[in-house]
Formats: sequence, structure tokens, C-alpha cells
Amino acid sequence: MSAGHHRYVATNRRVREDRRFVAGKGQFVADIDLPNMKHVALVTCPYAAARIKSIDKKAALATPGVHYVLDGAELAAATLPLMTGLDTPNVPRRPLAFEVARYSGEWVAAVVADTRALAEDAAEAIEIDYEPLPFVLDAEQAIAPGASLVHEPHGSNVLLDKTFVWGEVDKDFATSPHKLSLRVKWARSSTVPIETFGVVASWDPWSDILDVYASIQMPRYTDQIGAALKIAGSSVRVHYDVDVGGSYGVKRGIKHTVLCGYLARRLGFPVRLIEDRLENMRGGDAHGPERLFDIEVAFDNDGIVRSMKMRALENVGAYAGRSPFQLGKPIGAIVGPYKIRSVQYRAMAVVTNKTTQEAVRGFGQAPTNLAIERVMDEVANVLGLDPLEVRRRNLIRSDEFPYQIPSGTTYDSGNYETVIAKVLADTSYDELKKERDRLRAEGNLAGIGIAACLEPSGGNATFEALLNPANTTSTFMDSCRINVDGLGAITATMHTTSSGQGHETLVGTVIGEVLQLDPDIIRVTRPDSLNSLPSGTPVASRMAIMLGGAAFHAAHKLKMKLTTIAAHDLGIPMERAVYERGEVYDRNAPDKRRSWMDLVAIAHRNYHRMPQDFEPGLAVEHIYQVPTGGTLPTKDGRVQMYPCFSFEFHLLLLAIDPDLGVPEILRYRLGHDCGTQINPKIVRGMTLGGIAHGIGAAFYEEFAYNDDGQLIAQTFMDYLLPSSQEVPAVDIIDHETPSPHTVLGQKGSGESGYLGAPAAIANAVNDALRPLGVSINTLPLKISKLGDLIAEAQAKKG
Amino acid sequence: MKAAPFRYFRAADIDEACALLAADEGARVIAGGQTLVPMMVMRLARPTRLIDINRIAALSYIRKDANGIAIGATTRQCLVERDALVATELPLLARAIPFIGHNATRARGTIGGSLANADPAAELSLIAITLDATLSYRAGGKTSHIPARDFFVGPMTTSLPAGACLTGVCFPVWLGKIGVGFHEVNARRSDFAFVSAAAQVEFGPDGKCKRIAIGVGAATDFPMRLETAEQQLKGTALDERTVGAALREALSDFEPLSDLHASAEYRRRAADKLAARAIADACAHAQGKKTHAH
Amino acid sequence: MRIELEVNSVTYALDVEERTTLLDCLRDALGLKGAHAGCEHGVCGACTVLLDGVAVRSCLIFAPQAEGSAITTIEGLSPSPGELSPIQDAFCETHGMQCGYCTPAMILVAYALLADNPSPTREEIVEAISGNICRCTGYAQIVEAIALAAERIRGANRPLELRK
Repeated sequence: MSAGHHRYVATNRRVREDRRFVAGKGQFVADIDLPNMKHVALVTCPYAAARIKSIDKKAALATPGVHYVLDGAELAAATLPLMTGLDTPNVPRRPLAFEVARYSGEWVAAVVADTRALAEDAAEAIEIDYEPLPFVLDAEQAIAPGASLVHEPHGSNVLLDKTFVWGEVDKDFATSPHKLSLRVKWARSSTVPIETFGVVASWDPWSDILDVYASIQMPRYTDQIGAALKIAGSSVRVHYDVDVGGSYGVKRGIKHTVLCGYLARRLGFPVRLIEDRLENMRGGDAHGPERLFDIEVAFDNDGIVRSMKMRALENVGAYAGRSPFQLGKPIGAIVGPYKIRSVQYRAMAVVTNKTTQEAVRGFGQAPTNLAIERVMDEVANVLGLDPLEVRRRNLIRSDEFPYQIPSGTTYDSGNYETVIAKVLADTSYDELKKERDRLRAEGNLAGIGIAACLEPSGGNATFEALLNPANTTSTFMDSCRINVDGLGAITATMHTTSSGQGHETLVGTVIGEVLQLDPDIIRVTRPDSLNSLPSGTPVASRMAIMLGGAAFHAAHKLKMKLTTIAAHDLGIPMERAVYERGEVYDRNAPDKRRSWMDLVAIAHRNYHRMPQDFEPGLAVEHIYQVPTGGTLPTKDGRVQMYPCFSFEFHLLLLAIDPDLGVPEILRYRLGHDCGTQINPKIVRGMTLGGIAHGIGAAFYEEFAYNDDGQLIAQTFMDYLLPSSQEVPAVDIIDHETPSPHTVLGQKGSGESGYLGAPAAIANAVNDALRPLGVSINTLPLKISKLGDLIAEAQAKKG
Repeated sequence: MKAAPFRYFRAADIDEACALLAADEGARVIAGGQTLVPMMVMRLARPTRLIDINRIAALSYIRKDANGIAIGATTRQCLVERDALVATELPLLARAIPFIGHNATRARGTIGGSLANADPAAELSLIAITLDATLSYRAGGKTSHIPARDFFVGPMTTSLPAGACLTGVCFPVWLGKIGVGFHEVNARRSDFAFVSAAAQVEFGPDGKCKRIAIGVGAATDFPMRLETAEQQLKGTALDERTVGAALREALSDFEPLSDLHASAEYRRRAADKLAARAIADACAHAQGKKTHAH
Repeated sequence: MRIELEVNSVTYALDVEERTTLLDCLRDALGLKGAHAGCEHGVCGACTVLLDGVAVRSCLIFAPQAEGSAITTIEGLSPSPGELSPIQDAFCETHGMQCGYCTPAMILVAYALLADNPSPTREEIVEAISGNICRCTGYAQIVEAIALAAERIRGANRPLELRK
């Protein structure tokens, strides 16, 4: 419960997974070679929208080494459409386009050949007759009258249009002296891991099992594979010991998996699809949010924001994916860390003829934070107040927790003023302002950017029920199993893949903490899905809380079992039995003790010495429910969403070359509070990585399309990822306000840095441009855009 | 992304390379491969045969000759980067080379490969144009020479005849009190430049500009010299105002490219600013002072 | 096409298609999976190997071109099975990775850097790894790993040697 003194938790232990990675012995999906395995290459649609009139496979099939060509019609006849969370039966999504292709790059046919190179050769030989169709790319155009329909049977381009009103919004607006509206655009970018998505599927007709090895980060993966292929979940064996080369949300790969699963069953040999970078960028369906915010706030003369109206318009792409739900999750922190008392929120998800999106780090929180933080800065600007002062006046105070926000979620704990104070003790705000002013005096544009925002963590699927009342899910569990074998060795299992978060280390550390044993002696393995307990997988910044919680409770059960066995064997009541570092002794007579090996022997071999009706052996498990979960939304759309809320405060100084528009971050400080840090090195690494992601989204990254609906940023030459040169040194100042809901006081940190960096950077850029009387509210803040904006403003000033 | 099939040949000398080129219309030479291989794996280039010239020792050299510093076509960019002769005799080239790609691409990429590829944003093309380099190529057993200004004719297009292979480039050396400046602007440090500018200045004993060469790259289909500005600035002190006016005039009918990364307007302004900075750097360099930070 | 490649001081006789990249050859023909494909067009650097001690992108070299050069992959860096070299150990100490995908490449780049420059400044380390993209770490703990490795190697008895 508290961040008290720990033996192993909160110490800088090595991350055990690192050992295999530095040796090049990670097991990534492309490293897996199965006998007789064949390779897939995709044929993609070149048009933004087109009817598929005919597919001529003859030349491809005649190519040596080619085994099969699969088209959308065959796949549609044999499988069910992929699951979507919304109730939109007329917007089916399939691995291969069926009758109509709806974005440039959509997969239309799959070639199976002896090698990837041969599959690509054959893919070129496939002749497809397309009839180009009208298309729409912009979300606002897609909802305007007369727009071409991406899915004719659906009747419109709107997948979701839901408005929530929490509190007395109209009254608060009417009674506030000031109002301010702003339009903020988060351009289409994504997490773009260096490893693309890949899957190997192999069907054994003798045991009726489909083996799946994939670079996967996805809840309900086995469910969705089984559903689409029309086989039982118990016929799907996903191997969780595949190392995933980065995901940060996007590696859902369900269409790739259904495609390969079908081919493996159909063809009788293992089938492998490793996306190449072009397939990934255009048709991997791993794009991130493209969101337009229209936000309006009502505030008083002191800068206290009383009410907020927000319309979030999301350009989902051609099919639903997880995108619409990224409009729902931010509801759980819709007012950020502020005491805004009423909110109107309109969530609109719209289809266009662009690549489908997938879940991206933060699940919509980062774009929402950008909108809120830009508005807070503009409130300060309008009133002539310091932006940090405006934050202070609006922030929830530490004595106000637990704090319930208008949309029904209660924030567990926080101490925002202390985090900010710590940052400012490290870096004087006044000194920073002086430095900014000095840079300005030298002829530069310079600005200070701040952002204060929350990381909802722990996961809970209730945003699904908010956006689709037919979905009544009120849990998002995780699990851990521990077995001590006949010779006393401890093995714990976790039941999902990981993509660099150090979960094996997490489990070992937590179990070691509870059992008071060196975590390094605790083996942590990942069984496959048929040997696993349920897991929500590493999404939603949940694993420290949920896997940590499951491991903690399982370890505690084991400790209790050991203590009970010892007490019984020592002939003492439980209250006198003391567990210490794997041994149990009589408090009144410490020499009377049972060692670890004694207890193992009793449990495994000497049943006659066991307490009555006890199970033999030393095996325990725990399946952990989301703390504060278990409820569904009320009729007016209020619900407890996530259990825990971490806090981050960004403070940076930025200069812009006025002639060239080139921005440079000169100083970056982050105050970070995620409660107890189970492994500080892991947390620091994730936060710094999140900031780098945020820098990419703020300055460099965009999936840009031309007017013909072609993705023009399809390689790494045009989609620009930050290198070591683009990420400045960042100082992180930690604070720990434990969560009352979690076993060790830990909160999540998987999204830290990314959630606030784009907002802080956007605020810094706007502060830098303020003397010119211009502002910019569209990401990415590209050099050319900044340069043009500055030049225009200077020309006006004469 | 796997290349389309091709036959691989390793040429022992330049004439064998040319013969192999001549024998097949779809043949292409490969040196460093840093640009050709990406195009091949994306199937934008589909040579039927690839002629590897990396082993032709006679094409890898850096030496002084009567006309300046001659560099062989297959000389690795990293060798030029570290070469003492280049540092003293061709300071503008030395200044520009670290901007080409990354260490790993300069380890394989060659001088000739970059020039023959003729990317509008290539630093080497800009330096070749700015210094009036002469390129040499071999075809059908004969060596020919062509000035840089006649070599680059369009984006990714040179006047190299079919079946010819670039063999080297010669950069004239300026004597006297020299200064150089090089600037580029790009999204990330080692990206293709949006705009680049190179300047080399020679000062006379009177402290005035005796000679100046100014080149602007990445903004048009191939790098260009600002010849009117060069003429105007000869004999001046290269003060900020005079330079500014000369550049403004030289760029007045400038029609730069517009693309995903930068608007034409941006390139127009940046060309002006970068050229001015390059000239200022060249002046400071000639006088032994510190130059503008990048 | 028959070629001979020297990888980690062992010479292999292989039969590969001319168009096979060095990356694919190492991974598929030799089972050396430590070099990774990230983009296959020479930008991300995850495919980095050392060619005669110099860090290069193996996705941009066709296998036949690598004949006659000494190739070093990450597998060639561990002194013995289960044992970590100083650079590998430093990466573990600072947690200079998360998913591990870019890690072998980063370590090889570090190796080449420290063989050439045993006392790099922070700027020099940043520059050396600037051709390798990491999406997980934001680079800080990688830079710290390389600085730590440099410090340890400087203080050790044996200089950093590359098997040539």
C-alpha cells in the first residue's frame, strides 16, 4: 500500500531480459524457422478507393516456387469479418479487401511462395482490374453533405457520434465572464516500431491446433483468431515467449494472423508473413490518431476554468480498428489534472479512404492533453497571466484526493503542487524566463513550454460500454501462477507477450519482495495460450498494476501456504509462526524452525505432515480484477474508468531560428510521479522513450497523403523518426505519491513522457511565436511551416 | 522488400566494367550501393545485371595533379572525410562531407556513386558545381571529361552517356587567402537537405574579395551557381549589406521545388539566408575567426 | 551463386541468389539472427554489422559483395557462450535497451567507436549512434552504456581488440 522501505522493489536491479538482447539472442518472430515454412507477400491496391473487378492469378501461379494466391473473395467466404467494438455491421473489416478496396495500400491478394523474394516476384505478376471510385480523405469533408461514402451500406461516413454532458455546462458558460475557443489538430502519426508486425501460423490437423507465433500486443487475440477462423479458442495456441520488437500499442496484427491462419489450414504447411516496411506503412493498419479538436472553455478573471466543451473529430481511416475507442478512454481524464466542474464532450469517429488506425500509446490521451494544454496557455494569454500560475490555480490540490471528475472517474491520489515545486527547485522558473528573454534580445525566437497532465493507468474496458452499450465488460484482469518444484526451485508464469517493458523482471522482483528471496533465483516464463490464465496484455499502462498485483497476491498465497504448513508441522498456532526469507519459525522459540527445503519436502513428499485437506505440492495462482473496476456506466455516461493516475509536469525552453524556422530544445525538465517505482531504471527508460516519441509527433512525424489519396510518407526517408541528434538531454525529477488501490502503491508509466511532450513543445513554440502575434495549433510543427509562419508575420509587421 | 533478380559480375578493371555495361541495356554499375540498393529493393530500379566495381583499385585514389585534387570514383566518402590533402587543399569539400548521410553510409558510399546518382540534395553535387569540378568517365575504351555544370541535367539525371562509367572527379584548388562556408537546413541532422549553400572566397592583399563562388543546392533539380552575385561581389568587402543585395538579385527569378518537406517559399527564403551565412563563414574562415554554429 | 564469407572468424561456403542481401544471408543461410531487418532501405540501422571493423548497413550490401571482407556480427562479440563482453555488460548495467531490437546494432556501433576512439565525449557518442534509430529508449541510457563501457575498458588490462 505504501512506498515504504523495500528490499528489492524500487532498487536498481538489472533487467534480466537484457541479457539475451545484448547477445542477439532475443526470439523475435522473424527468427523463427519452422520446417517447410512458406512466405507471404501482399498485393496492394494502388487507388484510394476502387472496385475489384477481376484478379488474374495465372502468371503468378505459373512462377516457380509459388504455391498459392489467395484473394478477398475466397477469404470472405471461409472466414468471419474481424471483430469490431462498435455496433456497425455494415462496416465489415477483413484481412483482404472484398469486392471494394478502400484505401491505397489495402491488401487485395496474398501470394505464398518458397521465399519472400519469389513471393514478391509473383505478386508483381498478378493482374488486377480495378474500377477507381470516388474517395474522401478529410474528416470534415467526409461528414459534409454529398461526400462519397466509404462504406455504402452503412449510409454515412459516421461510425460514432456521441455527446456526453456532465454537470451544468450551459449554466457555467452563461455565468462565466470569459470564453475562448480554439481549434487544435493532431496530425496522423503513429508509434512505428523498428520491427514490423510478423506472424507465423502452423496448423496441425491431428491435434486440431493452430500454432501462432507473432509480434503481438493485443488483448483477446486468441478470441479474435478463433472467431474469424471459426475454430474454438482452445484450438489456437499463441506462443507468448516471442519477443516483440517494440509496439507501444499498435501491434494488433489480427488481419495478418487470420490471413496466415487461414492459409496454414488451407495449405497444410506453416505460413509466415513478415511485413516489409512498405506493407507496414501503407497497409499494416497501424496508423495512429488523426484528430481535430474544437474546444471551448469558460473561465473567470482569475483564470479559473469552470467548464469545457470539446468536440473531438477522429479520422479513423477506412475501417474501424480500435480507433473509435481512443475517443472514449480520455473520458476517464477529460479534465486533465484540473478542477473543471462541467464538461460537454462530443466524440465523432469518421471513416475516410485512408489506412486503418490501431491503438497508439495513450489510446487518445496524448492528443487530448495537447488540446487541453494549448487552451490553458491561451487562457493565460488572454488574461495576461503567467501560464504556470494559471495551472496552479486550476490544479487539484493534494488534500482534495480522492477527487471525482465530472465524468464519474475518481482520481486515486496525487500531489501535483509538490511535483511542480520539485521541478522548480531544480530549475528556477525565473532563471528560465531570463534565459528566454536573453535569447530574444539576441534576435532569436524563444519560448517556455509547460504541460501538466495525467497518465490514467491500470486499464479497464469500460470505455467500450460507454461507446457501445451492448458491451457489458467490467473487468480487465491479469494473472500469475507460481510453482515451487520438488527440489525447491521457484517458477512463475506470466500469460502474455511483452515488448520491452521488462515484465519478467517485474514479476521476479514483486515475488521476491513478498517471499523475501532474491528475485534472481525466481524463474519467470511465458507459457502459450493453452497453458495460460487470462491476461489483458500490456496495454493501457496496466502491467505494473495488474501483473504486479497478480504476482503479489500469488506470492502472498504461497507465503501463507508455507507458513500454514510450517505452523502445523511445528505444532504452533498461526499467530506465532513468523515467515522470514523462505523459512518459518516460532516467535516464542526461534530455534524451532522449518527451512525452505523442509517445507518443500513436506509439501511434495510428506503428505502425512500436511495440514488437513491441504492440496499437496506448492502451486498457487491469482487472477486479479482491476481495482475500482466492476461497474458499468450510468445512463448519463458516468463511470469509474481507470484505477490509478500518474502525473507528469513538463518544463522546457526552446529557441527557433527566425530565419530558418529550425527549433531547438535547449532545456528539458520533467517532473514525474507514478507512485512506487518497482524498477526505477525501467521507469526512467520508458519515460525518456516516451518523450522521444513525443518529440517525433511534435516536430517530424506525419503520415502525409497527397490529393490522390496516396500515402507519400511511406518509407523512413519521408516518415522521419527522431535519432539521437533530435532528442535533447532530459532531466527527470521523481516524486512518489502512492496509489491507495495497488499492492505496492505503484501506478503505471508505460505512456509517460509521450502524453505531455507534444503539448509542452507546442506551448513552447507558441510562446516563442507570441511576440510576432501568430500561433500554430497543428502538429507536426515542421520547420517549413514555422519558417513560413514567421516570415508572414514579419512581413506584416513591416 | 527484395530486389528483382539480376546477374552479378565483378569487374577487374574499368574497361571490363564498360564492356559489361555495353553488353546489356539493363546493366548498372554498383559501387557503395547506398542509394542504388534501396531503389532496387523497392523495385524502382531493376537492373538485369549488376556490375560491382568496388574492387577496381585503380578507381580509388586521392591525389594532387596538375589540375587540382583528383579523386577516384570508387573512393569511399569516409576516406575523403579523413584525408589530409583534402583538408588542406579542398576545405570546402572537407566542410561538406560530414553532412552526407551517416557514418555507416559514408563507410560504403563513394564519391562517384553520389555524383552519378545526381540527387538534387546531394552535397557532393553542390561542391562539384561550386568549385567547377571536372568529371571523367570511360566508355568504349576512351576516357572523356565533362565540366560539372554540364554533367547535371535534371533530378537524378546526368549527361553520362549510355554504357559509360564515371571514373573520377577533379576539383580545382584555389590558392591564396581562402575561406569556405557550408550550410544546409533539414528536418533532422543527417537528412536530405531542404536547401544547402556553399561558398568559397579568395581575398586579395587589399582585403577585398578577389574571387567568390556561391552554390545553392537541394532547391532546384540540380545545384546552381549564383553567378550574377559572384560578379557583383568581386572587389567588394563582402559586407552584409552588399552580400544581401547581391543575393536578393541573384535569387529574384529563382523557382525552387515544393514538396512534402518544404514549400517553394520556404526554400526561396532559406536559400537567401543560407547563402549569406555561408559567405559570412567563408569570410570569417579566411580571417581565422570562428564561424556560425550550425 | 557460390560465395565464401568470413563471419566471426569462420569461413563459410554458401550458395545464394545474387540478390540476397548480406542481412538475409547472415540470418537465413547462417542462422545468425542477431542482425535485424527494420526498414530494409538503409535508414534505421538495425541491420548493422562490422565489415573489416567498420559499421555498415548489411541490408544495403548484396551477399556476393561481402566476399573477401571480415564480417563481425553480434554473435561474434560474446567471449564465450553465456559470457558478456564489457560493452554488452555495460548495456545491461544502464539498461540501454527495452525491446532489444536495435540493440545488437547499437553494440556493434559502440564497438567500432571505442576501437577507434577510446575516450569519446557525449557528443561523439551521440553522433556515432545517430545512424541507428531506437524507438524505445530515447537514447539516453544507450549513451550512458557506451560511456560506461568506455570508462571500464580504459581501466581494464586488455585493450579492445577486434578479431580481424
